[in-house]
Amino acid sequence: MSASVPRDYRRFLARASFIEMSARERARAILDAGSARELLGPFDRLKSPWLPLQDIVAQADDGVVLARGTLDGRPALVAAIEGAFQGGSMGEVSGAKIAAALELALRDCERDRPIWPLLLLETGGVRLQEANLGLAAIADIHAAIIALRAHVPVVGVIAGPVGCFGGMSMAAGLCSRLIVTRQARLGMNGPEVIEQEAGVSELDASDGGLIWSLIGGEQRQAVGLADDLQEDDAAAIAGAVRAAFARGPRRIERSAQVERFTARLAAIQPSAPLDAKLLRSLWNDGATH
Amino acid sequence: MEKIELDYGARQSVSRRVHVGVVGSGDLEILLEPSMDMRAHVLINTSVDGFRLVWKSVLDRFFERFQGAASIEINDFGATPGTVMLRLEQAAEALRE
Repeated sequence: MSASVPRDYRRFLARASFIEMSARERARAILDAGSARELLGPFDRLKSPWLPLQDIVAQADDGVVLARGTLDGRPALVAAIEGAFQGGSMGEVSGAKIAAALELALRDCERDRPIWPLLLLETGGVRLQEANLGLAAIADIHAAIIALRAHVPVVGVIAGPVGCFGGMSMAAGLCSRLIVTRQARLGMNGPEVIEQEAGVSELDASDGGLIWSLIGGEQRQAVGLADDLQEDDAAAIAGAVRAAFARGPRRIERSAQVERFTARLAAIQPSAPLDAKLLRSLWNDGATH
Repeated sequence: MEKIELDYGARQSVSRRVHVGVVGSGDLEILLEPSMDMRAHVLINTSVDGFRLVWKSVLDRFFERFQGAASIEINDFGATPGTVMLRLEQAAEALRE
């Protein structure tokens, strides 16, 4: 499934941008109208104890919004990351909020009360100021996603502008179905990190066109690392989320398709030049749904 | 990082909690809730040191019109005075809705 590029300006003007929404607004925009109920909201003041020690102002919800609600009347859990706070980074508290919510959803699923888990990913990965504590929480998130997948599809959305990187890109890779926009980026290392480590001749992080051609949502969907490409339109994304859950569990989860991805790696010649277009033809092995 | 506390008189009670904003670059979040006494209390956590006088000027002006007995916590990440006032007005407007 891929969205056609809108050339109709009326449709463009009528749409509500999902990218411009805060994490809280995104959670409400996706869930059935009026059904969202926030868990551990800002007034619970579950903040990072580590940021103030490093002279950094903490946010009252540590940048993660958890909401229970319904999708087409079915119980759902949304974990939305606020990209504007510390780059959507996963600290001890923000990571634990997502992990614990997913683990509680798992407990419900195991008791025959299925709940649809949705991740709205907007994150640079681990919060460097909280290092191992953030990494441990991300590992918990990975484990919870894998356990949940046995019961219900786990759906992820990467809208932008931050994208999804580091340990949380692995969380995106573990999702049963991944929805992206053209503005989204998905990768293990961000372009700045690659440039810093390997040099500007390897990758020019200031070349936006190049970056998006490699790790942008359109390319990721074209090579089967994301499932659904959507416009930056809250209603369209809300519809795509419902459709993704309605399709049910994936026959073989993407992260379990080991032979397919080993063959993909084998097809790449590290010594030969490679670009986005060539990768699409090399990895044209058909997406398994 | 600097903590600033300010107190103001109030004429009417506040009935509910309001949250606006984000601790993002050049922005701030505001947590507004009913205060225990008939006064307004403001606690500011700001990433930029040395601007107590500017904060007091902005809050003084806001409380010339806002009369609510509210506890207001501000978590600031380098917002300009104009942005601070807009967020305060947004919180006051959300309270009226």
